[in-house]
Amino acid sequence: MHSSRPPEVTAAVRQGLSIAVATGLYGISFGALGVVAGLSVPQTMALSLLLFSGGSQFALIGVVAAGGTPLAAVATSTLLGVRNMLYGAVVAPLLQVRGWRRLAAAQLTIDESTAVAVGQRDPQAVRAGFWTTGLGVFVLWNLCTLLGALAGDALGDPRAWGLDAAAGAAFLALVWPRLAARQAQAVAALAVAVTLALVPLTPAGIPVLAAAAAAIVVGLVAPPARPGRGEGRAA
Amino acid sequence: MTPTVLWATVLVASAASFVLKLAGHLVPEHWLATDRVQRSSALVTVALLVSLVVVQTVADGQAVVVDARLPALAVAAVALALRAPFVVVVVLAAATAAGLRALGWG
Repeated sequence: MHSSRPPEVTAAVRQGLSIAVATGLYGISFGALGVVAGLSVPQTMALSLLLFSGGSQFALIGVVAAGGTPLAAVATSTLLGVRNMLYGAVVAPLLQVRGWRRLAAAQLTIDESTAVAVGQRDPQAVRAGFWTTGLGVFVLWNLCTLLGALAGDALGDPRAWGLDAAAGAAFLALVWPRLAARQAQAVAALAVAVTLALVPLTPAGIPVLAAAAAAIVVGLVAPPARPGRGEGRAA
Repeated sequence: MTPTVLWATVLVASAASFVLKLAGHLVPEHWLATDRVQRSSALVTVALLVSLVVVQTVADGQAVVVDARLPALAVAAVALALRAPFVVVVVLAAATAAGLRALGWG
């Protein structure tokens, strides 16, 4: 864009690209798990292109794979997407975009682009970090989803490849950086208990929503966590 | 789910995701900046993801079972504690479950 970039901008672009590569590769597992869950290759691709939020995508195919209802799948996916709304409110004033670019910025507002953007001090670096990360993740995530979906189609029995276990590991990797605060750990323990108690009693998808409801109650009634622990922000 | 229902699920969830993202860009920042909203959102995200870990690891329909997925999750946790990249964590978990099943367990 510019012949002489400030070093802050170069650093933000580098950071964005390295995160895009790491996150994009992860898309291979999403693509494979999508078709294993019973989605077609085009349906799996539609999630990466249109829904474009890793946690929500894994959640939707998880509920579908478990035999949950469409309503449970949409509800779980959408609840996980609520944090993107908070991210949007944080990055919008930093990006200062109008018109169609605002729509593009909204679609690219995810954990990774927000984390890189708010991690910069220079305003130009904030914008460079957001767009590099958002576009980089979008392109690589979709390419890798396609690769994974085509590979998943050719694999045969997913259990023989351990792909069912890969789904649990994927969710664990997503939640890991969010477990630093004491309150988050307590809610995690509560979620384990609620889920284990409800799996034998309720249809697929309901235990996950019940765990979310329990967390909302905790969030509303518990005293505030000590500030500065980085809750609510991507790692 | 039939292919049509599955498509509807995919598209409705995608529309909801975009509406949330766009709403964040359009509402005044202070509406969402309250401590309670931020905290509840962070905790809901944790609860959903942890619950999904449990369901994916020990649920088999409506039964709770211990099979090759549980040691695979333990391996994933160790890899995460050692700061392994996401993709390595997932591959190690799959390899653990696949290996145990090849040996005839789980």
